[in-house]
Amino acid sequence: MSDTTQSGPVLAADGTPLKRSLHRALRIQKLRALMLIAPLLAFVLLTFIVPIGQMLFRSVENDIVANTLPKTVIALQDWDAASGQAPDEAVFAALAADLYVASNEKTHTRVGSRLNYETPGISSLFRKAGRKAKKWDVENDGPFKEQFIKIDDGWADPDVWRTIQTYSPKYTNGYFLNAADMQKGADGAEIRPESERIYITLFKRTLIMSLIITGACIVLAYPVAWILANLPSAKANLLMILVLLPFWTSLLVRTSAWKVMLQQQGVINDTLVWLGLVADDARLVMINNQLGTIIAMTHILLPFMILPMYSVMQTINPSYLRAAKSMGATNWTAFWRVYFPLSVPGIGAGSILVFILAIGYYITPELVGGTKGVFISNRIAFHISTSLNWGLAAALGTILLAVVLILYWAYDKIVGIDNVKLG
Amino acid sequence: MADADTSNAFVEFERVQKSYDGETLVVKDLNLTMPKGEFLTMLGPSGSGKTTCLMMLAGFETATHGDIRLGGTSINNIPPHKRGIGMVFQNYALFPHMTIAENLSFPLEVRKLGKSEREAKVKRALDMVEMGAFGGRRPAQLSGGQQQRVALARALVFEPELVLMDEPLGALDKQLREKMQFEITNLAHELGITTVYVTHDQTEALTMSDRVAVFDDGRIQQLDPPDTLYEEPKNSFVAQFIGENNTLEGVVKEINNGLALVQLDDGELIDCQPVHESVKPGARTRVSIRPERVEYNKDRLKEGVHTLKAEVKEFIYMGDIFRTRLNVAGNDEFIIKTRNAPDVDRLQPGQQIEIGWLPEDCRALDA
Amino acid sequence: MKAKLTAFAVTTALVAPAAIAEEMTIVSWGGAYSKSQQLAYHEPYTAKTGITIINDDSSAEAVAKIRAMNEAGNVTWDVVDVVASDAMRLCDEGLAEELDHDAVLAAAPDGTPASEDFGDLIVSDCFVPQIVYSTTFGYRTDMVGDTPPTSVCDIFDLEKYPGKRSLQKRPIDNMEWALYCDGVAKEDIYDVLGTPEGVERGLAKLDTIKDSVVWWTAGAETPQLLADGEVVMGSTFNGRLFSAIAEQNQPIGMLWDMQSFDLDGWIIPAGLSEERKQRALDYLYFATDTQRLADQAKYISYGPARKSSAPLVGKHASLGIDMAPHMPTDPANAGNVHIYDYEWWADNRDDLDAKFQAWLAK
Repeated sequence: MSDTTQSGPVLAADGTPLKRSLHRALRIQKLRALMLIAPLLAFVLLTFIVPIGQMLFRSVENDIVANTLPKTVIALQDWDAASGQAPDEAVFAALAADLYVASNEKTHTRVGSRLNYETPGISSLFRKAGRKAKKWDVENDGPFKEQFIKIDDGWADPDVWRTIQTYSPKYTNGYFLNAADMQKGADGAEIRPESERIYITLFKRTLIMSLIITGACIVLAYPVAWILANLPSAKANLLMILVLLPFWTSLLVRTSAWKVMLQQQGVINDTLVWLGLVADDARLVMINNQLGTIIAMTHILLPFMILPMYSVMQTINPSYLRAAKSMGATNWTAFWRVYFPLSVPGIGAGSILVFILAIGYYITPELVGGTKGVFISNRIAFHISTSLNWGLAAALGTILLAVVLILYWAYDKIVGIDNVKLG
Repeated sequence: MADADTSNAFVEFERVQKSYDGETLVVKDLNLTMPKGEFLTMLGPSGSGKTTCLMMLAGFETATHGDIRLGGTSINNIPPHKRGIGMVFQNYALFPHMTIAENLSFPLEVRKLGKSEREAKVKRALDMVEMGAFGGRRPAQLSGGQQQRVALARALVFEPELVLMDEPLGALDKQLREKMQFEITNLAHELGITTVYVTHDQTEALTMSDRVAVFDDGRIQQLDPPDTLYEEPKNSFVAQFIGENNTLEGVVKEINNGLALVQLDDGELIDCQPVHESVKPGARTRVSIRPERVEYNKDRLKEGVHTLKAEVKEFIYMGDIFRTRLNVAGNDEFIIKTRNAPDVDRLQPGQQIEIGWLPEDCRALDA
Repeated sequence: MKAKLTAFAVTTALVAPAAIAEEMTIVSWGGAYSKSQQLAYHEPYTAKTGITIINDDSSAEAVAKIRAMNEAGNVTWDVVDVVASDAMRLCDEGLAEELDHDAVLAAAPDGTPASEDFGDLIVSDCFVPQIVYSTTFGYRTDMVGDTPPTSVCDIFDLEKYPGKRSLQKRPIDNMEWALYCDGVAKEDIYDVLGTPEGVERGLAKLDTIKDSVVWWTAGAETPQLLADGEVVMGSTFNGRLFSAIAEQNQPIGMLWDMQSFDLDGWIIPAGLSEERKQRALDYLYFATDTQRLADQAKYISYGPARKSSAPLVGKHASLGIDMAPHMPTDPANAGNVHIYDYEWWADNRDDLDAKFQAWLAK
């Protein structure tokens, strides 16, 4: 009874506050635990967190212009882009000095490639000017304005200078604007002309098609998982091997197999024509479009839906169904009111897996998607490996990551993430 | 007599057989008749066929041969959901995604009862098992005993005439189990429900049932009220399975005046009641004596009773009783139980005594 | 995506030993092309020097991978086979070594310096040309009736040649062909294409066949589509068509009209140690001399980049047929060719690609 009236912290036997004492006792345990997971932590940090951080950073990084053309950037600060005139000699002289250094370090073409993403033609302006500037005597060879314009009259174009000025800060939102079908115009951000808009369309298409693929996977995987979960284990294991078999085949092989199946001179069309269901001159178009992508990707991602469903269904005690039936429920009611709700965590886990995998797919859409069935990831891959516009690729990737996180959050709000069970 | 039986019959098994693999029979030629309102327990070791019988009655297994009738109609081809039988499962099988009230409401919903009627019935059923305050909870938030009550309420809420219970108390601790045994029996009698109860716990079977069917090897070995079953086991399996039992083996010498003279394997002679049909002169037999019917106080032994020599092996003090292990006629496991009373001696290990019993307490059964 | 590349670069940096003694990694396109290099260059070189050559078929992603390796500070490739436009890009990015061609490459047997022998095929300071190939058309001989196509504009003629055609999924070549067939003179193509109206005009022409086009990304697709009868005609690299026709006896014919010449050759990635760089240069000196370039043409129908190699081109190594008539540079094939402007595309590729992709997605 006296305890309840006592105020102040509870003390351990030696008089130190109990909380501190407990904390000390636990610290050694925590340290030991931390040591045990340290290798994994380092691995995850090095191969996962750091690269993602780098990607996020690259989508706004733009120090190449200021680093390569430091004098030009300063000289260009006072130039008024709205004047419609190329800047004066002072700016050209600064550019000549910068280019002299840059061309000897062979960095001038890099800045040219960077600015060429924004305004076509700048790449060759820098390449050509760099060739000359290498041999200039910056102190005495001036004035330079005439010489630059003689090398290429593109240097007289105020648009070129506006681009250099716009992209002189060390950080830019230009990549993100680009990724949202916008650009930095004379009056700030503006929407791109219709003939250049593509990313919003692709984002939408990627999301919608991923949802369709996820839905198709649910419909096809559910009965399979149910059979697996309800067969005696010997037979279930055999069937499980069939489910896993595709994993042991190369993705390319499986995708190519779908080509053989689906193309107009392919197995399915041949069969339909032979059966007389389809006229020979009206063969079905099932590939190089969205349908092809949906079919091939549903097939490839199906195991990712079956496995979590199976592991959840396995834990559903058959006595629930018996109980429902004993209470007067028909087979359908017992399934729909009792079994199905209990299997929802499996559907949820499978859907999240399939959807997130689908949203990042690019090999299959590239091969069977034609023009209407490609995903945003195809453009990301293009910018990584072909156009080398890694900043834009990073911005697109960041947006995709954000979209996934938002959807995950929404899923958590609507369905509840504790309602997901992977096994 | 036979006429009265059939007119009274509510649940009937007639020559029912069940095989899963087509080679061995799990249930062999089962015949059983239950009147309305009876509490019948199927008792037996695991694999004896009792659960299979229950599942056939519920409709989750089909009989390989024979007829199962409910209220006079054959239900062999009626699917489980149309049988209207309440059932309590071993693991309760409460739907984890529904609240307690929703669980109870489920059988009423599938019967298309109106909302207010459902609510009233759910409330009544929950009150009946004293769980009225828990309607909004999920099964996982309840203790084992509470889940058990809910499962019972759910099996009763749609007012079935027959309720099946499949080892419903198996997961509870001893105290709770005893309490629930009492409650279930009371409820069943109050509501006048016919109950088939499956268990492998003989105490449960004895305390709860009107009649107990002892299963072994796919057959009913004995079907009787608990006292008959305990005091008059018809064969050595039942004698061994129900309660504690001492067994002595020997050969029947002769049968006189309704008593069999049995010569035990060490040569001693004792008088027994011949129970099993196989007990005939010259046949081997097993003699069954309940530990509490053995007397070693010479003053209390009736005259003319055969006595046997015994050596005390172990004395165990159990509070209300003493449990003493003896060596009798070469059997080291011979147990006697005595009440803890002021006039009862506590035996010492090594002590040589003489024991005896009334001939009617000694039952000669099959070998 | 990028994350993956960096991670890849980091792992290779951790795993790969700093210098590999007597080995070099040469990157190329794989398939029959790599095989021709193996037979014509690698094996003689190994026999001569004892240096083991490791083949890596990564040329399709070479630019991105070199950039990733460069950023990670560990370049594991020694010599890389790339198309000319990639070489220019790598050179612009400072990812490939600039070379003095006359100093590092063999002169022709008659003493002509390398820069003259290769001539204007040296489109970048970093680039050592190896072959001339072309992107051109093949058609199904059994699906075009008695009048096989003779002009590139037959691609756009759906009435005369109904059915699907396959084109590469990029603006390069397709835009030029479209403008040419829309009546633009060959010499004006890039001037027209440089204007927004010109781009619209090209896309409008492509629009007329858009529904009948199967777009490809890998060179092997068109031969397969032709073999399956999925398309009537399609563009691809001429060597691929040669092997389908001559080696696999498919019913395919060549349409050389307005074939688009392109170059493929070697670069040395920037950032190699001096020792490795010297070894790479030694290999290049050996592999790009007059005789070696002519030797490669025994195995694949691509034209050697040196003028002095042309007279040495002989017969196919196993089929025994004359290779000259199958070369894109053969006078009979090169009557009307399209010379594609590297400089122009280097400037306009990103812009046009965005428009082209937007058009595709419509």
